[in-house]
Amino acid sequence: MRRTLPVLTVVAAILVIWYLAAFWMNSTWVLDQAARADREVGFAELVSATMTQERPVVAAPHQVAVALWDGVFGHAITSKRSFVYHGWITLEATLWGFALGIVLGVGLAVAIVHSRAVDMSVMPWAVISQTVPIVALAPMIVVVANAVGIEDRLVPKAIISAYLSYFPVLVSMVSGLRSPNVMQLDLLKTYGASRAQVFWKLRVPASLPYFFASLKVAIAASLIGAIVGELPTGAINGLGARMLIGSQFGQPLIMWAALFAAAILAGALILVVGAIQRAADRRMGVAQ
Amino acid sequence: MTTDTVISAQNLSLTFQTNDGPIHALKDVTLDVAKGDFISFIGPSGCGKTTFLRCMADLEHPTDGSITVNGASAEEARRNRAYGYVFQAAGLYPWRTIGGNVRLPLEIMGFDKSEQDERMRKVLELVELTGFEKKFPWQLSGGMQQRASIARALAFDADILLMDEPFGALDEIVRDHLNEQLLGLWARTEKTICFVTHSIPEAVYLSTRIVVMSPRPGRITDVIESPLPRERPLDIRDTPEFLEVAHRVREGLRAGHGYDD
Repeated sequence: MRRTLPVLTVVAAILVIWYLAAFWMNSTWVLDQAARADREVGFAELVSATMTQERPVVAAPHQVAVALWDGVFGHAITSKRSFVYHGWITLEATLWGFALGIVLGVGLAVAIVHSRAVDMSVMPWAVISQTVPIVALAPMIVVVANAVGIEDRLVPKAIISAYLSYFPVLVSMVSGLRSPNVMQLDLLKTYGASRAQVFWKLRVPASLPYFFASLKVAIAASLIGAIVGELPTGAINGLGARMLIGSQFGQPLIMWAALFAAAILAGALILVVGAIQRAADRRMGVAQ
Repeated sequence: MTTDTVISAQNLSLTFQTNDGPIHALKDVTLDVAKGDFISFIGPSGCGKTTFLRCMADLEHPTDGSITVNGASAEEARRNRAYGYVFQAAGLYPWRTIGGNVRLPLEIMGFDKSEQDERMRKVLELVELTGFEKKFPWQLSGGMQQRASIARALAFDADILLMDEPFGALDEIVRDHLNEQLLGLWARTEKTICFVTHSIPEAVYLSTRIVVMSPRPGRITDVIESPLPRERPLDIRDTPEFLEVAHRVREGLRAGHGYDD
């Protein structure tokens, strides 16, 4: 209770602010309509009118909840109107991008730690890669993938997703692989350990906590990458496409609901990664 | 240099080049360590005692002079795993159990699994940590961790044990206890021990010879042969012989320290 109370308080505050914002933003249209019809609107009527619009500027929380419920449970999961269907498409690209990002990040980190030349030549580009706006890059990746004959949209989305997620893994793994101190390295030297032994017996285990910490950031980045890969690229499937379609075809409720579906998916993914991290900590004797 | 000399340093010098000019960490250090000796190096910070130990271990490279360990160069001796090194901090790997930590050198040196088990059991018994092999380092006290690190250094049965202020971070009571245990261990295993410390009672209590060093440049100012018997109960520290040796060490430290501050 002591832990849930502050959380509930914050949630309640957000809902209150959200309802107020919905009332305020949506009332303009209601008053406008009333003025044109030359009619007075009472306060109670105004409130109810701002909460039930079909195309609100700000959808009220309960409207989003209904749309979300309908999107998840109201259709067969194979239906193009089901969030489960679209969520799975996004999740698939996210997981592929996540895996690709981990392989790329860890691989580059290992190369960077073992070679000064790679460190100096690759690291600046890795940093620069993250300063390029992904929304500008995403359509190019899709077009290029298409031009080289890759029909499946999963591939460019996974690449965009990996482009975002490799970086936190890379940065953490470079720190992690370099985290052993002089004494720990000297100790292995006194045993006459080879470079490979230093890597496997010391650097790799020392880097694991860094690795698992970076996964939480990487999985969130992967999801964002997958959604961005669906936004400006003419995709019709996936949560990102659902958001775009919702906003372009005058169905703001669907856009809002898709946004929340994506947020819930992100939360679930982070919980899963967190559970893996805790299991790893226990295995390594770190957890009490 | 006689036949039972294990470590021999001749005019050893080591100069670090820094931005503030050269630092003479060691200057013309000459010393022979005989088999079975327990030698303590004592002196203030910056006197080069740790640097000297690290030269023996091939962790630092002298700029002048020569050093041999078991008749070979320090590097060869290191590659032949001639010594076990105990650092100031226990430095156990937190992700390995105590048993796993003791196994580490054995895994690296390629001992087979049953031999690893056997040796781990034996050295943990030597340092009185039997039954702790499945614990993680954070579950042990500082003194126990340092004992585990000694077990780790003993596991591959090198003849020489190099110890760099191993008990420096522990409190007096734990330290007394560990000193007593270390002497017992030394008597049982007949190893040659080089021990860096800045505690006078510790140096006198443990050593067959005490090497007094002084800084700027790091050098040996006195080598004291201990008249104490090899068998030493803790209360030997109240005997006149003990106090006399301690007095001489203190004098040596004071003399070495006199000229620039």
